[in-house]
Amino acid sequence: MSDTTRESGGAGPSHRSVEIGVAAFMALLALIGIYGSVRVGIGWGAEGPKAGFFPFYVSLAVVIASAVNLAKIFASADGGDLFASWGQLKQVLAVVFPTAIYVAVIPYLGIYVASALLIVAFMTWLGHYPWIRAIAVGAVLPILTFLMFERWFLVPLPKGPLEKFLGY
Amino acid sequence: MLENIDNLFHGFAIVAQPFNLMLMVVGIVLGVIVGVLPGLGGANGVAILLPLTFSMSPTSAIIMLSCIYWGALFGGAITSILFNIPGEPWSVATTFDGYPMAQQGRAGEALTAAFTSSFVGALFAVIMITLVAPLVANFALRFGPAEIFSVYFLAFCSFVGLSKEPPFKTVASMMLGFALGTVGLDQVTGQLRLTFGFEQMLNGFDFLIAVIGLFGIGEILLTMEEGLSFRGTSAKLNPKVVFQTWKELPQYWLLSLRSCLIGCWMGISPAGATPASFMSYGIAKRISRHGHKFGTGQIEGVVAPETAAHAAGTSALLPMISLGVPGSPTAAVLLGGLLIWGLQPGPLLFTEQKDFVWGLIASMYMGNIVGLLIVLTCVPLFAAILRIPFSIIAPVILVFCAIGAYTVNNNTFDVVMMLVFGVAGYFMKKCNYPLAPMVLAIVLGDKAEEAFRQSLLASQGGLGVFWSNGLVSTIMTLGLVALFWPLIQAGWTHVRELTGGLRAVK
Repeated sequence: MSDTTRESGGAGPSHRSVEIGVAAFMALLALIGIYGSVRVGIGWGAEGPKAGFFPFYVSLAVVIASAVNLAKIFASADGGDLFASWGQLKQVLAVVFPTAIYVAVIPYLGIYVASALLIVAFMTWLGHYPWIRAIAVGAVLPILTFLMFERWFLVPLPKGPLEKFLGY
Repeated sequence: MLENIDNLFHGFAIVAQPFNLMLMVVGIVLGVIVGVLPGLGGANGVAILLPLTFSMSPTSAIIMLSCIYWGALFGGAITSILFNIPGEPWSVATTFDGYPMAQQGRAGEALTAAFTSSFVGALFAVIMITLVAPLVANFALRFGPAEIFSVYFLAFCSFVGLSKEPPFKTVASMMLGFALGTVGLDQVTGQLRLTFGFEQMLNGFDFLIAVIGLFGIGEILLTMEEGLSFRGTSAKLNPKVVFQTWKELPQYWLLSLRSCLIGCWMGISPAGATPASFMSYGIAKRISRHGHKFGTGQIEGVVAPETAAHAAGTSALLPMISLGVPGSPTAAVLLGGLLIWGLQPGPLLFTEQKDFVWGLIASMYMGNIVGLLIVLTCVPLFAAILRIPFSIIAPVILVFCAIGAYTVNNNTFDVVMMLVFGVAGYFMKKCNYPLAPMVLAIVLGDKAEEAFRQSLLASQGGLGVFWSNGLVSTIMTLGLVALFWPLIQAGWTHVRELTGGLRAVK
């Protein structure tokens, strides 16, 4: 961020715990993959290897690789490294939350209105811009996108009540 | 040979059509912007803009998209030199000497050197592609399923052996990519698998969504965490400095040639542009007479990584067009584009889609010349983009990522998946899991699996089919060597130490 102060240092989750989490999560996904593969069959069928054959072995490879990664983490001493400070994670969440809401409302509001709201929210909350400027940018960009996609390149994007009201 | 030159001129004629020329300029300008902006790189820039090409002819589409790629390669250098922020991973090595040069007021010199060496690297790689690609494609026409699988095998093994990330993390992320690629309809039996009854999973995970999420959203999250503040030196390029630098550059011809060769080699193997730039910088530092001064603003320290990165980035397209195996994530996205436009990537392109292939190759020549002119004349404009505060840039990039993700399949669920991939990409990147092999695995999963199963079907399940003739055995063995390269290297140094120790005892 160019326009908020950086909070460096301070406490935060350790790098080690996040590493463990990521490796465990990958293994979990792979176990689901193995379960699903076994359900459709991993053996030899009438048309050669069955549908689950390939996903079974690649998932198995993920489980083994993740096990090695986990073993390596546990074998090494905890260096006390931070994954990120809480302040930094707050910055990350400040992007993830608005984006999650944005993604969730696209089917209902259409992508243009949702985008305008996202830009205005970002600029006022994170960038501390005056409302006028935020609304100006928030209005101009979706209109330009509309012209570019719907008019020039003929690619339709999701539209909501506002576009319907305007007759599109 | 003569026929190829004929074809190439035919390609130039296609590229020189006004509409295609316009697309070329548009593509390069967009590409430089994509390369300059944090959070947008070559791969996801091309992925986001891919939908714009759906209504174009494949040849026009590939011209525009490949030009975005060249633009992104050029753009990375601008931010590295002026702002000490590598816009792309392959420009990290350019910051070592480029930024000190800019601080000493030699920004113009550094930029000219960077752009010119990029151009030289790319040109070298394109000439190589022109000469070699038709031969490779011709050779590959004889490949059966086992040979095709062995090429995939070699490509993926090289990732494990050559990447700087821990090998087991590379394996985990690559195999997870393959697993994600298998979700949905099984191409061979027509059966549904790993969907667990969710309707949204029927079509599987589209790799374009993964690219936009992993590289685009993930990168924005990383940028937020680092709390970037852009403080750059001013950018002006006057013609006098440009010509002066051009006069100075020919004395580094040996350095350029070496960097070109490193770049081409690394680009064809899927290691890619980033290690190529570091390797070239490292070797230049060791060999150069001014090696000890590297890092304080040596022009050679800009020439070496830029030449290699561009040569690698360009030559990554050689295996893509001749074998259907992309050498980099961006090449993978271009390959995905081919599938969407209804072309079958692989050796047959050279016989069945002559216009397309030679149009692409001709556009590589033209695109790099046009690109060089554009970046040399418009640097201040592009540098101004970085002065826009991140709280405006970030939501705009998010919006474009969302649009890109939606337009792949006209599906709002894909936009949700994009965010999921983004968060996953953030954690994976922070924990040193490489993302490129995962993306390539999602792209090539179907094809690799099909080749694998067809080979097994032919051999009734015996793995011996992969060692059944000289060609396939050689490729498979090369793959195994690449896979166990770290071990082989460690073993070799161990042996050398032992014998060295023995000699010392004697």
